[in-house]
Amino acid sequence: MRAFLFVAAALAVTPVAAQDVQGRNLAAACAICHGTEGRAVGSDLVPLAGMPRDYLIRQLQDFKSGKRPATVMHQIAKGYSDPQIDALAAWFAAQRR
Amino acid sequence: MQRRDFLKLAGALSIAGCAGSAAPSKARVVVIGGGFGGATAAKYIRLWDPSIDVVLVERENGFTSCPMSNLVLSGFSGMEQIRHGYEGLRRHGVQVVRDEAIGIDPAKKTVRLGRGGDLSYERLVVSPGIDFSFGDVQGYEVAMHAGRVLHAWKAGEQTLLLRRQLEQMRDGGVCVISIPLAPYRCGPGPYERASLVAAYFKQAKPRAKLLVLDANPDITSKAGLFRAAWKDLYGGIIEYQPNARAVGVDAATMAVKLEVEDVKGDVLNVVPPHHAGDIARKAGLVTTNNRWCDVDWRTMESKVVPGIHVLGDATLSAPAMPKSGSMANNHAKIAAAAIVATLNGRAPAPVQILNTCYSFVSPHEAIRVSSVHAWDDKDATLKAVAGSGGISAARSSIEASYARSWARNIWADSLA
Repeated sequence: MRAFLFVAAALAVTPVAAQDVQGRNLAAACAICHGTEGRAVGSDLVPLAGMPRDYLIRQLQDFKSGKRPATVMHQIAKGYSDPQIDALAAWFAAQRR
Repeated sequence: MQRRDFLKLAGALSIAGCAGSAAPSKARVVVIGGGFGGATAAKYIRLWDPSIDVVLVERENGFTSCPMSNLVLSGFSGMEQIRHGYEGLRRHGVQVVRDEAIGIDPAKKTVRLGRGGDLSYERLVVSPGIDFSFGDVQGYEVAMHAGRVLHAWKAGEQTLLLRRQLEQMRDGGVCVISIPLAPYRCGPGPYERASLVAAYFKQAKPRAKLLVLDANPDITSKAGLFRAAWKDLYGGIIEYQPNARAVGVDAATMAVKLEVEDVKGDVLNVVPPHHAGDIARKAGLVTTNNRWCDVDWRTMESKVVPGIHVLGDATLSAPAMPKSGSMANNHAKIAAAAIVATLNGRAPAPVQILNTCYSFVSPHEAIRVSSVHAWDDKDATLKAVAGSGGISAARSSIEASYARSWARNIWADSLA
């Protein structure tokens, strides 16, 4: 038990993985409309937190290609590379709703 | 500094600190200014590393949003809609100190407070917004203190004063809006204001006129969309004059002085040119045109004073970057990421950010501009990503509902 607590404490102070930091930093920009950590206030905008990763990738790619029409997301998605879209989707998918 | 004051302050801070995290403090970050930049930086540093103490110094007891304030000015919304408290930041463990930062000593790493005492910091965030270069418009300060001319370009008391002047203006009267040369806070803001004041006139004072005197050669943002709205909705109300720079105001004759003529009005809303908030000047952070602070866009750290990160409207804007609330909120995330990385012994990495700005062209319809900004190694700055960004296809009620939703979310992201 003591060993378990020790491990838990060690985990709690372990610096977040570099990949997580990259996803976290990229995703932070989206919060101005989609809420802190993807938990939006109100019902107009899609809350991104906890959305399936593959679904998010597909939507962002469809915005980027113009396949999915939008008022704004088609213009924003064009600012992100495929690896950036993957990182964003993975990060939002891992957040609690 | 009085020792007694210092102890009082230290006591207040440690009490506030108890409410936050129980973990021992790693370092203290002081944030000057509780607007979109400062509030967001304070919150996100705590969010990303709760072992860092964050003290926010703000002279007001709450936040009043410039975005959406033109709806209040024109009577389509209320002041209570744009006022927000700092309870949300306190819940994140931010220690909010109501005081004014009156000096910074970068060598000792301390901030001097107006009510006495120094705050020491490991890293400092300066997000002071703008102050006005009143001297650029002759007679301005006297006329403003007499209530004859207002800017209402910091939301708050002047928003309500200007609202009252518009209400009291006779039908058939003339309101003058004067716009300074870019760069100024919120590029599309003056044109949104013109649209909404015209909407109010159309409804309440159908014979009133609105004269827009623009120091710039054309509408500086979303020009085609604003022109279309003015033509379709406010024909005969708005008159737009480009290349019309205000050099003075005359309170006695109620006139705006341009370089070649005087223009009279019943209500004078003259926005003077501005510069980085005064504390930035005092701290030696201003680098360019005696107005703006140049920063390293990977970290928001000042190019001239190490250890100090400057955010928001006070910065020397990167190419194609507006002075907006969305940008200040995003600057804060660059700074928070860099500060958290540095205080944890990691190298900061560039952060890609984005801007989205909505403007109402009537109480029911809005337009938008967006851009994505990424670090460019070659030019060592943030640049708009080629092929991204743009403006609304047309004004619409859908954009208006997104605008309201944007406001609720950015307020919550910055303050709650």
